Amino acid sequence: MADIPSDAPQHCPGTASEQAGKTSACQGCPNQNLCSSGATKAPDPAIEEIAEKMLTVKHKILVLSGKGGVGKSTFSAHLAHALASDATKEVALLDVDICGPSIPRIMGLEGEQVAGLSLCLSPRYVEDNLAVMSIGFLLSSPDDAVIWRGPKKNGMIKQFLRDVDWGELDYLIVDTPPGTSDEHLSIVQYLSSARIDGAVIITTPQEVSLQDVRKEIRFCQKVQLPIIGVVENMSGFVCPKCKVNLPPTTGGAERMCEEMNLTLLGRVPLDPRIGKSCDEGKSFLSEVPDSPAAAAYHSIVQSIQAYCLSHVTREESAG
Amino acid sequence: VERWVTMLQGGNLAQVQHVVLILSGKGGVGKSTLTTELALALRHAGKKVGILDVDLCGPSIPRMLSVGKPEVHQCDSGWVPVYTDAQKSLALMSIGFLLEDPDEAVVWRGPKKTALIGQFVSDVAWGELDVLLVDTPPGTSDEHLAVLENLKKQHKVDGAILITTPQAVSTGDVRREITFCKKTGLRILGIVENMSGFVCPHCSECSNIFSKGGGEELAKLTGSVYLGSVPLDPLLTTSIEEGKDFIQTFPDSATFSAINSIAQTLLTSIQNP
Repeated sequence: MADIPSDAPQHCPGTASEQAGKTSACQGCPNQNLCSSGATKAPDPAIEEIAEKMLTVKHKILVLSGKGGVGKSTFSAHLAHALASDATKEVALLDVDICGPSIPRIMGLEGEQVAGLSLCLSPRYVEDNLAVMSIGFLLSSPDDAVIWRGPKKNGMIKQFLRDVDWGELDYLIVDTPPGTSDEHLSIVQYLSSARIDGAVIITTPQEVSLQDVRKEIRFCQKVQLPIIGVVENMSGFVCPKCKVNLPPTTGGAERMCEEMNLTLLGRVPLDPRIGKSCDEGKSFLSEVPDSPAAAAYHSIVQSIQAYCLSHVTREESAG
Repeated sequence: VERWVTMLQGGNLAQVQHVVLILSGKGGVGKSTLTTELALALRHAGKKVGILDVDLCGPSIPRMLSVGKPEVHQCDSGWVPVYTDAQKSLALMSIGFLLEDPDEAVVWRGPKKTALIGQFVSDVAWGELDVLLVDTPPGTSDEHLAVLENLKKQHKVDGAILITTPQAVSTGDVRREITFCKKTGLRILGIVENMSGFVCPHCSECSNIFSKGGGEELAKLTGSVYLGSVPLDPLLTTSIEEGKDFIQTFPDSATFSAINSIAQTLLTSIQNP
């Protein structure tokens, strides 16, 4: 398994083990700090395996927030639908929200669990050119809870990236849970040898969201993940009767983008029909194509596409 | 010596009468908002209340209670919680207080989060409290297991309130949280449906922005108590944004009435298990 020095304490887990420096046997060992810092760990072979797999994936986009409930899954799903509306493009949506997998419902794939085949990692297809993968497909009941600690969640994400047969893709979109923890570190780590185009950050206008989103942005900077831009979701609600609009109290995403030197990709207004479409597993872009929200989505998607293509060009000319 | 004395006397939770977890499974449904509002409502009803914020990645409570960035002190029994007023009627502990820079991300994997939560549960000198509310992040993972395991070691946990919004996308996650509660033996005190209808402050028209009825259906489906619904009130949203006490500012609102009713039902439930 892992490297155990000759003078190691009894039950030493090995210097290259995930548990190096962290087990009870490590207490008091002079090497403990070095081991627990990760310096002695061999790089995970999965990283190269995943990089190999990802060679057939042209563009990889992470959808992040930091804050829960701002519309990451909603946005990821509609980004996928919009990109796949070009029949010549192959698109896939990977849901790494292990505890709260919303993507199957939003993509109309609830009930696509294949009983008894819990190891089956074939993506499900919404359209011929739109594939989806989520832990939701591996659960046999809507009541099943995934009560996993970090390491197990990381293992699942590794499998999703390495063992799912994605094939040739133009776009792989990764929907994430809120926070800056295991799932986020893992996805960045496992994709570290495969180029990620960047992250799209979702927020709502309120400071309670921006507060968390700034942390997510710091996370991206820390792990050197480029940020494509920020989307301000649920950006204002217009009462159908009078025209009240709730203004953001601290300048919303616009001010945050100015302060942090980021691109505001756009604002999507709060349209109750979006939530309804998600509940019914339909694409809002098909259901209500003429709405201001649909127009906002399309404009944002175009900006994301432009970003991805411009980066390829830059790399090709540099290489 | 003092710490040993504290431990022998039953630990820092010994004088806390009741502990209630606020859970969801789904993010952004209003766990922190409702934790804050229920705490304020209980205080309004004369109770001594504490809030433990174990959302390490997104600690929202300090801003909601307008406590800014106070220094957290240690006493002989552990960390002294931050009090929102001179009467010490509402105490708070959050990782938000321990960060040098409020925009600093806590980028920790599970084991480190588990360790800090263990400390938070046992090393905060709460003193005498009627109710300790524990605000959690979305999910069913390290934080939830850690807080539950550590609370159970020290103290009985009265149970959990589950927050949802009306849509199926939310109730879908909350169903899984219900399973978490059942599997871990955590009593479900009830379900609250938040953002249940948007009441326009100008014309009082009620719009079901996030659909309707999901919370009540979920309660029926899973055999849980339905505690009630709280509307999406822009006055509450603004209040929370600005860290104001909504109950003091809008005591006659339907929203306060809804929150208060839930707080009263909660009190009855935990006082008569």
